[in-house]
Amino acid sequence: MTRRTRLRLFLVSAAVLAVVVIAGFGKLPVFGHPGPTLGAVLNTLSVPQRHITDVVTAVNFTYRGVDTLAEEFIFFAAVTAVVLLLAPGNDEQADHASDAATGRWVPQTSDAVRVLALALVGPTILFGLYIVAHGHLTPGGGFQGGVVLATGVLLVYLAGEYTHLHGLYPDTVVEGIELGGASAFVVIGLIGLAVGGTFLATWGPLGRIGQVNSAGNVPLLNLSVGAEIGAGFVLLLSAFLRQTIVLRRHPPTRHGLGSS
Amino acid sequence: MSVLAYGVAAWLLFVGLWGIVQSRNLVHLVICLAVVQAATYVLLVAIGYRAGAVAPVFAGVRLGTVAVDPVVQALCLTDVVVGTTVTALLLALVVQIHKRTGSLDPDRLRDLGE
Amino acid sequence: MNVLLGTALVLVAAAGTVVVVLRDPLRQALAVSMFGILLGILFFAVQAPDVALSEIVVGAVALPLMILLALAKIRGGAQ
Repeated sequence: MTRRTRLRLFLVSAAVLAVVVIAGFGKLPVFGHPGPTLGAVLNTLSVPQRHITDVVTAVNFTYRGVDTLAEEFIFFAAVTAVVLLLAPGNDEQADHASDAATGRWVPQTSDAVRVLALALVGPTILFGLYIVAHGHLTPGGGFQGGVVLATGVLLVYLAGEYTHLHGLYPDTVVEGIELGGASAFVVIGLIGLAVGGTFLATWGPLGRIGQVNSAGNVPLLNLSVGAEIGAGFVLLLSAFLRQTIVLRRHPPTRHGLGSS
Repeated sequence: MSVLAYGVAAWLLFVGLWGIVQSRNLVHLVICLAVVQAATYVLLVAIGYRAGAVAPVFAGVRLGTVAVDPVVQALCLTDVVVGTTVTALLLALVVQIHKRTGSLDPDRLRDLGE
Repeated sequence: MNVLLGTALVLVAAAGTVVVVLRDPLRQALAVSMFGILLGILFFAVQAPDVALSEIVVGAVALPLMILLALAKIRGGAQ
């Protein structure tokens, strides 16, 4: 099919889709006045029933916890697929040794960037842990906090210390953390099955509203999701970084990351 | 306002689709797919909005205050993170395609078998 | 409040159009970062702080980074 045929076909099917979309959108409630919804009921139930003040976290981890489990496994599978896809091929070799040697040109990061990036690693990881831990009180949770944690690890790369990145966070440890996060979610759900009768039932002391150690097993679920998402993103970025910086085809080229 | 909110979602959908169909660069194609995903986020969050309501977080807010719908926000939240991971998967595929065939033109991806 | 919401919606539509119209993936990476931030602002205006947090963290940091890394690999191998 030539390009012009494809474009014409797209225009026809886009017109049909536009008709369907406009007809469908016409039946949606007026923007700003949705009428009675399940969400309005959950808004009133979440605090007295589960002692969770962030209702979105309550929906994600208690009322619709199984959906979050499925999303977690989609994430896990996608990360596995990326790591497999970007694994070193037969004709590529790692250039670890020549990073220290003088033969290969490595772009130098300026001292200001290095100092700033390294100084921000600690606060970023602390902030990520804060977001994960307070997910059931204020906006946040495992998903957002996990990505912030991965960003903290990434600052090490930004400071130009890529070789140290591998020493500090070896792949086996990061993969172990990701696996631990995913299995912890399932184990907590199974404990809920044993204690409460349904998978992912809330167990544990509900505590006082507004304290970090309240809401039963939801902080534990947040922690496991945060660990998995953080480790998964570190693996993703490591796979891309390794392809870009370390691996070279025979013969190794002169170009580094900063060239264009 | 209704027309604007849902119209922006529909606009993003069609603009992204058009970008995918007439793209000449695989990386450009993947990024247009990310725009299409953003259209679904805008639609979901717009459905849940209630005029004059607060965010569904009751830390320090009196219980019983009218808040927006939390269920669609929960859907969107996980969707954003997992959608980016799938985009990363597509980018990894593009990198491998470039390594094997040397070109990034979708029109040239006739036979991938060797 | 309605003015903020309307402006955010129009800006998001414009940013999405810019992302698609740009041809060079390198420029698109920066445009996608801006698009993510504008989406985050829209989500704040619609009273969705969780989604806004998610979108800002992912769309302004993780996504452009992966695009840039993929581009660096492609350009580095093209020599």
